[in-house]
Amino acid sequence: MQEILQNLLNGIAVGAIYALIALGYTMVYGILKLINFAHGDVFMLGSFVGFYVGGYAARHLHTTGGALGWGYAGLVMLVAMVVCGLFGFLNERIAYRPLRNSPRIASLITAIGVSFLLEYGGQFVFGADPKRFPTLVAPHYIAFGGLSVTNYQIIVLVVAVIFMGLLQYIIYGTKFGRAMRAVSFNFETASLMGIPTDRVISMTFIIGSMLAAVAGILFGLSYPTINPLMGIMPGLKAFIAAVLGGIGNVPGAVVGGLIIGIIESFIGGSPLSGYKDAIAFIILIAILLFRPSGLFGKYQAEKV
Amino acid sequence: MTKSLPWWLRDLLWLALFVAVLVGLAYGLDAIPIVGMAYYNRILVLMGINITLAVSLNIINGHAGQFSLGHAGFMAVGAYFSAYLTFYHFAPRLDKMPAGTEQWLMQNVFLVIAVLCGGLLAALAGYLVGLPSLRLRGDYLAIVTLGFGEIIRVFILNIDKIGAARGFSGIPHWGNFFWVFLVCGLAIVISWRLVQSSVGRAFLAVREDQVAAEAMGIDTTRYKVKAFVIGSFLAGVAGGLYAHYTMYLNPQTFMFVKSFEVVAMVVLGGLGSISGSVVAAVILTFLPEGLRSVKDYMPGGRDPRMVIYSIMLIVLMLTRPQGLFGRRELWQVFGRKKKRDQSEAPPVQ
Repeated sequence: MQEILQNLLNGIAVGAIYALIALGYTMVYGILKLINFAHGDVFMLGSFVGFYVGGYAARHLHTTGGALGWGYAGLVMLVAMVVCGLFGFLNERIAYRPLRNSPRIASLITAIGVSFLLEYGGQFVFGADPKRFPTLVAPHYIAFGGLSVTNYQIIVLVVAVIFMGLLQYIIYGTKFGRAMRAVSFNFETASLMGIPTDRVISMTFIIGSMLAAVAGILFGLSYPTINPLMGIMPGLKAFIAAVLGGIGNVPGAVVGGLIIGIIESFIGGSPLSGYKDAIAFIILIAILLFRPSGLFGKYQAEKV
Repeated sequence: MTKSLPWWLRDLLWLALFVAVLVGLAYGLDAIPIVGMAYYNRILVLMGINITLAVSLNIINGHAGQFSLGHAGFMAVGAYFSAYLTFYHFAPRLDKMPAGTEQWLMQNVFLVIAVLCGGLLAALAGYLVGLPSLRLRGDYLAIVTLGFGEIIRVFILNIDKIGAARGFSGIPHWGNFFWVFLVCGLAIVISWRLVQSSVGRAFLAVREDQVAAEAMGIDTTRYKVKAFVIGSFLAGVAGGLYAHYTMYLNPQTFMFVKSFEVVAMVVLGGLGSISGSVVAAVILTFLPEGLRSVKDYMPGGRDPRMVIYSIMLIVLMLTRPQGLFGRRELWQVFGRKKKRDQSEAPPVQ
């Protein structure tokens, strides 16, 4: 029982990170019908910005080895969000917008190109060797009825929930959110109604990339070894999470992320742990075969 | 080569001519006295394998319009199965034979059998992967095929007999320029004749409009699966030759990044254009190799060629969103101009 609860807890902490990345995938897909393959690498970029800013602050404060503290942790996260947001904006402007009226597969290939650029560019600029993420907050172990909980897991959960709540508010509580939903519902009609679709799309990319940056910092906090290729697998799993929840569906992405995180955590602790990376795909295929548009996606009948 | 000969005799004569040219090239290339010829030979062979992969994926993605991101998985099945057969069954048998012409002959026979078996198992995998395409389409199909590719890789990682995470080493060096380009040429011819046949026409109909194709009496299910089976068979054969040429297989090689590379070749060449796939495969194989010398000008010995490669990929796609040749073939682009405006329309999404 204890083991089950422990696995559940670890799974939720990982799943929250997947969910944050999955939100970016699902928002972009909902609006542009584009799988932004570079999104997982934006997550890596966020981690590396955190590494450099955090490392700089640590050197500056002469706290090598010690923790930076809450204020600086917040600052690191903010800088990472700004840098990734800017990258997301430029990415859409340069690589996707010129192809808006071309076949969708063309922007898919540029997305793959941007993904390669970030991975290989990361290896070129940052170096291919793994780096140690600076300690932002001192670790604590909290014994909780036989469960071992770290304060990192709690931070991950709290921060993830805050940002998901914020996103929910933006989408359903603001004028911009209404514009976003309108564009995702019908692009052309929205633009006829005077909605500045280009600006909405830019903002969607900025918000998605910022969430990926948050995920990158939280990942660096929990698993402090980072490298330029670290975005590939979490990015892929987050994408699966988005598909699982019904791509284009925001709450679905969160649920999908948590499901993948929890199942992986259970498999990781079982004799089948060698198959951990395959399990997400097996679940995905099983679910898609019975519900072709994901758990919460609407099935669209084909029109002639 | 006149029209009066029966078709099979004409094909046989062409095949014989092709084989003769290849044998001549294989010996001729070895005889060229350039320093590092072995290196150029290797690049050529890898190029041949990439062309085969691109042409085979073009059947699934370009002709039948089923977006597959799992090509590396099919290649892995063919590579590992043929390597397994050779390593555990054929090579020990061959070692017992006395050296000589007979052994050389048997080596090539074994190679063909191993590679064909690898292709057949890959075709079976393609059949299984093709089945979900009955229910899924577009992006959902893409992600499921990607998933199948990764599942295959993870399973290989867990089979100790074929090296697991260490990689499979000690595969005999039986593959060479001749076999790779024979398969490459055959793949191009098969794919070309396929498009001209009724099966290929059905593929195109499924790609253009599935509902209309069904209304015209085309069994869309059957043709979709057929495209997967043919494409994955050729990918498996290419994988088998890759295994027997590089003599070492690592599951890391067959990550979905490899599938992305092949998809990039097909899309860059123009979806559905066979000569486009060939040209794009040649460009994308040579590009990173040609940039090898850039490293010498960089401080710290870091290698920027893959960075340049990805920038080139983005720029090429931005300048030619419909691919190098669109849906046409090489000779149609540079040939008569009248036909141009008909086929310039962008593909229906």
